Amino acid sequence: MLSSLIFAAGLLSPNPGLIFWTAVTFLLLVFILSKVAWKPIVEALSEREKNIQSAIDRAEQAKAEAEKTLAELKAERAKAQAEAEKIVSDAKAYAEKIRAELLEKANAEARKTLEDAKAEIELAKRRAMAELKDTVADLAIEAASKIIQHNLDAERHKDLIASVINDLSTVQKQ
Amino acid sequence: MEHLLRLLTANLPSRRLPQKRFLAVALALLCACALAMAGEPSSDETGDEHGGEKLDVIHHVTDGDVIELEPFGEIHLPAIKIGDFDISITRHVVMMWIAAILLVVIFSSVANAYKKMSRPQAPKGFVNLMETMIEFVRTDVVKANIGEGYERFLPYLLTVFFFILTCNLLGLIPYAATATSNISVTFTLAVFTFVIVQFTMFKEHGLKGWLSHLTAGAPVALWPIMVPIEFLSMFVKPFALMVRLFANMTAGHVVIVTMIGLIFIFKSWLVAPAAVGIALIMYALEIFVAFMQAYIFTMLSSLFIGMAAAHEEHH
Repeated sequence: MLSSLIFAAGLLSPNPGLIFWTAVTFLLLVFILSKVAWKPIVEALSEREKNIQSAIDRAEQAKAEAEKTLAELKAERAKAQAEAEKIVSDAKAYAEKIRAELLEKANAEARKTLEDAKAEIELAKRRAMAELKDTVADLAIEAASKIIQHNLDAERHKDLIASVINDLSTVQKQ
Repeated sequence: MEHLLRLLTANLPSRRLPQKRFLAVALALLCACALAMAGEPSSDETGDEHGGEKLDVIHHVTDGDVIELEPFGEIHLPAIKIGDFDISITRHVVMMWIAAILLVVIFSSVANAYKKMSRPQAPKGFVNLMETMIEFVRTDVVKANIGEGYERFLPYLLTVFFFILTCNLLGLIPYAATATSNISVTFTLAVFTFVIVQFTMFKEHGLKGWLSHLTAGAPVALWPIMVPIEFLSMFVKPFALMVRLFANMTAGHVVIVTMIGLIFIFKSWLVAPAAVGIALIMYALEIFVAFMQAYIFTMLSSLFIGMAAAHEEHH
């Protein structure tokens, strides 16, 4: 128990010689490694860091530029599309207008033709009627004149009256 | 579906085999290490004429001027004295030197790989592995805690991280010793952090700022309480750094030695599987702790430096 305590004390008691050697070794190590290793390594690392960062920056810039171009192209395309749409719609409207006009014109023509035809028919009808009237009048006059010519003949008179009566009776029978 | 299944089953053995082989090799290595570590205390025990049954655990983790390489013999290190000041080379000094040489060799070669690059390139292989760690310390530990002007402290903090890590890992090799399980070593490292923290505070805030931080912005009536507390906390921070590293690195080794020692205490082969198993688990844990403690020391050092360098009040 006591011996282990003494050993424990030995474990904890600092040794000035070792402290000296540790300090010397460590300081020398810091000095040498700073010169030989840390400086070039850390420099290389930070240079690479910068390189990577600049590469990232460049890539980002290129991306932004590409996006800008894309947006421009998109806007241009949209504009062109709108223009095309406008042209098409204009053409459609024009075509529609022409169609309507033509239709209207055709309708009007047809109507006019119809009216003309109607008027002509009316005219022809009237003319036919007038002609008919004339013809009927002529016929009546002719008949009358014939009747008057036949009046002198009593026999014929009798026959005529008989045929008329005959006709009437057949009409009544029907 | 069937095609996919066939593909999967065809790929399975070829994919899993290297992993299994790697695991087996790793386990074998761990076993070997644990057993080799067990070799040391047992040889101590048999070689000790007075101790007999006693297992000297503490001896295994303390410093000494002999490097024991049982059964190949031992190396006696030279004792150097300047006047009354004993600066003998000890086991832990040798381990620190080995760590330092390793670090210089490794990182100068890594730095050379960067120097060879004419333009920034992606790192490969070992350089990549080291870069991951350097980058982790640089951004996630130092930059995250210090912020603006962190570059000044980078050499110190990077060195501290890799020095502690290497010392910790070297301590896991059989026959080696853990320099970071020595309180003198951790004390020295903590003193460096302390000095840098105080110096930074002086430089950033001047003497007036340094004195005013002792009052923590409290009303004058509270100064008799605040000043001693703040003064104490100034020293408690590095003290905690020192003890944390020392205790963590010592404890794991003590547990491993104790576990293996159980075999010799019970003098039975039957204890061995359990003891070696637990020692193995501890050994794996120690690898994690080696990284963890290096990280914590560096992280807390950066945190303290960051607090000292910060211009707004931090209380």
